[in-house]
Amino acid sequence: MIHQAPILTIATLLLTAFWVPIIGMFKKESAYYIALAAIFIAFAAACGTLYSVLLHGPIHYHMGGWPPPWGIEFVIDYLNAGVLVLIALISFLTTISAKKSVEQEINRDKWPAFWSLYLLLIMSLMGMTETGDMFNMYVYLEVSSLTAYGLIAMGEDGALIASFNYVILGSVGASFYLLGVGYLYIVTGSLNMADLYRLMPGLYHSKVVFTAFAFFMVGIGIKMGLFPLHVWLPDAYTRAPSAISALIAPTMTKVSAYVLFRIILSVFHIQFSTMIIPAAKLLMWIAAVGIIYGSIMAIAQKDIKRMLAYSSISQIGYIVLGLALANRMGLIGGALHIFSHAFAKGCLFMVAMAIVYKTGIRNIDEFKDLNKKMPFTMAAFCVAALSMVGVPPTAGFFSKWYLVLGTISGRHWLMTAVILASSLLNAIYFFRIIEKTYFSSFLGGGGHGHHKTPTVVMTEAPAMMVIPILLMAVGILAVGLFNFQIIHHLLQFIVPGGLA
Amino acid sequence: MNTVVSIKPLLAVLVSLVGAFFILFTSSKRQNLRESWTFIAAFIKFGIVLSMMPVILHGKVIKLTLLEIAPGLSLMFKVDFLGIIFGLVASGLWIVTSLYSIGYMRGLKEHAQNRYFFAFALCLSATMGIAFAGNLLTFYVFYEMLTISTYPLVTHNEDEEAVKAGRKYLTYTLSAGVLLLFAIAATYLYAGTLEFMPGGFLNGHNIPIGVLQFLLVAFLIGCGVKAGVMPFHAWLPSAMVAPTPVSALLHAVAVVKAGVFGCVRIIAYVFGPVVLKDIHMWLIVAYFVSFTIIVSSLFALASDNLKRRLAFSTISQLSYIILGAALLSKASLTGSILHIPNHAYMKITLFFCAGAIFVKTGKKNISELDGIGWQMPITMGAFTLVSFGMVGIPPLCGFISKWYLCLGTLQAREFFFLFVLLTSAVLNAAYFFPIVYAAFFRQPAGGRPAFNEASLPLVIPLSITAVMAVIFGIFPNFTFHFFDLARNAATTIIAGM
Repeated sequence: MIHQAPILTIATLLLTAFWVPIIGMFKKESAYYIALAAIFIAFAAACGTLYSVLLHGPIHYHMGGWPPPWGIEFVIDYLNAGVLVLIALISFLTTISAKKSVEQEINRDKWPAFWSLYLLLIMSLMGMTETGDMFNMYVYLEVSSLTAYGLIAMGEDGALIASFNYVILGSVGASFYLLGVGYLYIVTGSLNMADLYRLMPGLYHSKVVFTAFAFFMVGIGIKMGLFPLHVWLPDAYTRAPSAISALIAPTMTKVSAYVLFRIILSVFHIQFSTMIIPAAKLLMWIAAVGIIYGSIMAIAQKDIKRMLAYSSISQIGYIVLGLALANRMGLIGGALHIFSHAFAKGCLFMVAMAIVYKTGIRNIDEFKDLNKKMPFTMAAFCVAALSMVGVPPTAGFFSKWYLVLGTISGRHWLMTAVILASSLLNAIYFFRIIEKTYFSSFLGGGGHGHHKTPTVVMTEAPAMMVIPILLMAVGILAVGLFNFQIIHHLLQFIVPGGLA
Repeated sequence: MNTVVSIKPLLAVLVSLVGAFFILFTSSKRQNLRESWTFIAAFIKFGIVLSMMPVILHGKVIKLTLLEIAPGLSLMFKVDFLGIIFGLVASGLWIVTSLYSIGYMRGLKEHAQNRYFFAFALCLSATMGIAFAGNLLTFYVFYEMLTISTYPLVTHNEDEEAVKAGRKYLTYTLSAGVLLLFAIAATYLYAGTLEFMPGGFLNGHNIPIGVLQFLLVAFLIGCGVKAGVMPFHAWLPSAMVAPTPVSALLHAVAVVKAGVFGCVRIIAYVFGPVVLKDIHMWLIVAYFVSFTIIVSSLFALASDNLKRRLAFSTISQLSYIILGAALLSKASLTGSILHIPNHAYMKITLFFCAGAIFVKTGKKNISELDGIGWQMPITMGAFTLVSFGMVGIPPLCGFISKWYLCLGTLQAREFFFLFVLLTSAVLNAAYFFPIVYAAFFRQPAGGRPAFNEASLPLVIPLSITAVMAVIFGIFPNFTFHFFDLARNAATTIIAGM
């Protein structure tokens, strides 16, 4: 059974997604529960996969028994086993807490379609994580984009435009990616990543390979919202249904970032990006500008979801920066940041979802006394915010720590300054909210600390929503405290041999 | 060096961390239950720290490795001479401050008392972590935790002034934290280790002088901001809007002491005398903090608000500690380390007095204090006693540490600093004695007020700390062996073992 675990993740979700609309025709409420059960099975299968990888090393799963390079292959090594469980876990927690919010925001008639697309989206993300085949990757990439268009479009006013923007840019990105795959196929005759990795060094003089690489960068860059290809992202995150923001913000851009790792590290060789063309250097500068740009734009926002969206653009920059440093500490920092940012941003968007569900408030200026209404939700918010700022012992601190080590050991002092400055900028926009929420009882009222606070009734979101949020907050601390275990068992293997 | 493995340092950190959540989840209507959690945690913590003291005094080091954070780098506690002093001071004074807090907060019917006591307990956890941190990374983890957990206390009043002070506090401390992180990361890459060693661990790694100089500056600014070294001190007077027990905590127990403690750790346990002399930085540091010592005394002279005057006095006194460490002689190090507990006991008394006056009379300014000594003789008596100590008059404890600091300047053959210390003592007298004079010898407009002392939970703590300040002046080794610990710390630093 366990050796079928990798395919079980995909197959369960795919087959259930097919049945959800059909059963949903008869009983709309059942759609959610079926979806939840499927995601749970997928989560269990992902855990099984990770367990097997930890025990027996990387898994090569051949679809239908066809050996590569002819057949499609799933390759699950240490890095993507970790990412797979991360995606599954966060999807599962988000799904639990999303029920009420979806019921509130989405028209009842659309529920079956919504949950069906939702399952397909998660399926495609898991597929992108597991596959070892470039063309198969493209298929999942397209599925994830198409389902995301549909889901985003179900959001509030303006969601259609946001979704349309994303359709256009997403299609451009996917086309670039597909062209890249085609170019590589022309020169190598292979679509299998491991095969390509073996063939590539002989072809590094080829202009076709250069072009393919550039196409990949642009295609994946759009998908992950890398500055300056991010323009679709803020609108999409803001306008999408809250539950969808909470699902795609921590997972979709992270999986795309993972794909970038894969392409740079195990389709091409890292030396290609550092020695043959100055790709790493270029990416580093792009990431640095993105980090600062995202942070500054986040400071300028009033809408919490929009602020978090810009913050994501900045955080994606951290991951890319780590990769572009192309040294041991940098790679580990970037990869660890996939984990820490997934938990933190997931937690934050879930908090936003709970706040919108319970109070309808989106504007940060109206957050006053929210801590008294929703104490547990806001406590989780604080933990996630501290992780974004990089305060120990949260996860965000440790990824920042490795990134700083990476910049110093590569003597990229300006990048060190960028990371450190960005953590201060993050502090500005997160502490602004904390200050508004917790410490503004007597602001403007002319009162002093000696008055009794006007009583605010506690109206916490339902337990089904709050418990997953709190679990995410615990996850942030766990990734922080056990970061060495994650690095030791999963992430250290991504560092190619011979890299300082 | 003898090492003992023990879980006690972790317990000392955890007890108030766990206690904090008990406090948070106790209904705010059940004040007595909530306050019992504080006391239980405080007494257990103090007991744990005290039980480690004899082991340390016998020259052993208590070590505990928790989690591996990076290859060759772990979250690690190491209790040594210097750490146990800070631990004893902070945990001991927490008990007194808690009693005082209760009197103060209830006396003023303050809001959000649950949050207040919660954050207070978190602060103490962080402080213990700082005291017992075995390497720079562990130190940094708790240092940042302290920054964050103090923020709700600074902003406690939730009005415009408090929010502004909170922002200022975070701006200064988080920026400093970032600089410190950079310095730590760079040190790790250059030296491959971050573990504190008496006499420093940076020797013998062939690090270029320029890099070392730069690192020292980054480290000292990183820690110096919390210690209020000029020109990075501006947050400290602003933070005076916080409730007085918080000011007492900030000044005497936790935050600024964590800053100077950090500076001493950096100077003596990271760089060490040999490296500091090799890179020609020790005198520069000493001159730099001398400037703070003198100028902040002048600021203190000029401020009429009592808490503000005390704040500038703190800034000046903290730089004594850094100066003593920077002079790198055995006597100056002894004086410097000894000044950590001595200043703590004295300064906390002064703040307690300022708070008692405010709760009882609502007066904040020195110009309003005429004749107050007749109304509140115990409070002002304690204030007077401790003022003598701040100036450095025997038999108060301030005398001993200042004596060793002065000896240290002679040992280091840097007579200029002797002049600085003596000038500062004169200035201390100039800004403390007028308060005492006004309180006892000036008649207010309406004649001498009748005896009307503050409530017992306020008066008892300040009497205890004032009496302690005298006891430590006469018996410097009383119970806690502060003097022996400080001297042993200085010996190990100089010997580099």
